[in-house]
Amino acid sequence: MSETQIYSLRVNGKLRDVTDAWLGESLLYVLRERLGLPGSKGACEQGECGSCTVVMDGAAVCSCLVLAASAVGADITTIEGLTDGALTDVQQAFIDEGAVQCGFCTPGLIVAVHHLLDSTPRPSEMEVKEALSGNICRCTGYGRIFAAVTRVIDQRAQQ
Amino acid sequence: MSIHIPTSLDDALALLHELPRVQLLAGGTDFMVEVNFNKHDVHDVVALRRVTELQQWHHDATTNTVTIGAGVVYAEMEHGELATLFPALAEAARTVGSPQIRAAGTLGGNLGTSSPAGDGLPVLFALDAVVNLASHRGTRSLPIGEFMLGPKRNALAVDELVVSISMKTTTGWQGYAKVGTRNAMVISVASASLVLDTVSGTARIALGSVGPTIIRCTQAEQWLQNQYDISARKELDEAIATEFGLRVSQESRPIDDHRSTAQYRRHAVGVLAKRLLQRGCVQ
Repeated sequence: MSETQIYSLRVNGKLRDVTDAWLGESLLYVLRERLGLPGSKGACEQGECGSCTVVMDGAAVCSCLVLAASAVGADITTIEGLTDGALTDVQQAFIDEGAVQCGFCTPGLIVAVHHLLDSTPRPSEMEVKEALSGNICRCTGYGRIFAAVTRVIDQRAQQ
Repeated sequence: MSIHIPTSLDDALALLHELPRVQLLAGGTDFMVEVNFNKHDVHDVVALRRVTELQQWHHDATTNTVTIGAGVVYAEMEHGELATLFPALAEAARTVGSPQIRAAGTLGGNLGTSSPAGDGLPVLFALDAVVNLASHRGTRSLPIGEFMLGPKRNALAVDELVVSISMKTTTGWQGYAKVGTRNAMVISVASASLVLDTVSGTARIALGSVGPTIIRCTQAEQWLQNQYDISARKELDEAIATEFGLRVSQESRPIDDHRSTAQYRRHAVGVLAKRLLQRGCVQ
């Protein structure tokens, strides 16, 4: 690929053309600025805050650290792709437990929680804390976030 | 500028040979930070994520050697068979960044960057790892101490890449410890990995973030072997552990920087060494 060549990314199940993009752009930038998917947030742009978390080929990663043009062929799921409109159980639990304050970290956390519970439906408290250790929240102090995760675990266990 | 996504090692090596200003991209956790902050220009990028040969590891039981592909991510070393074979590597892997970083970051990337703060590197030094390199010209293998030469400096030629890392399994205790300002998502202020080999009766300790490269404390190792029978693993006198920590600390060569002071690092790495030895010698 040369400087401005068009490439396609598979995002939320759809193949999307990326045009007029500089090839050095991060996946986060391309999602937000080229593909109209502003749900993933950019705060640190160095992989420290987790607010840009997406799932790529089954792994939760920081989209700011993915060179977008190198993600050709990968399966990418963003916060927008978790639901077709209705709130997911994780989103609803965040609201019910008051786990959202300024909300900037929330999309990354929601993606990380879904990713955790998809692979580990009954995580221990330590597993939850470790799985969310790459998602920084400066408002809540995490108590309400962990309460929301516990609520989802309990709800899913009862179903 | 161009971006290439080869799917085989041969294709990757051919690109390294042909492209004038090639940059290798593994997990991107170092590379993209620099790109995002305009710290380096992007030229001809060869992204290695589709080269499956780099993402495998195997255990040769007849030679007790494990070869880990450069593209194996840290998440894969935290649990499972690799973690059982190399508990120190698993402990180091678990301290790398966050789950998101461990899902992307690779051992080969750590070696390519060659930062003295690379979390996996002290373990590789303590295990006397061998780094296997390839280019279109052929292959070669270097002891890790001859590969990593200084802060962000290594023996890689411009047309060369790290294919894998080979290490012998050991009998006996091994561990890793790190000091940072918090538990998760932190670059180490000081780190250490200790391997106690009960078959050969030897100890090997390597330090991270306290020198221009990873430091093997050969004098402290020798001193310990003279003071304490590692094969017998009898009760360890605390005075020996304390003296070992001091001697390790004396072999460190830390600097003051934005993350810590040389004085603190020198002290902390000695505490880590003492603690690791005590952990390894618990009856």
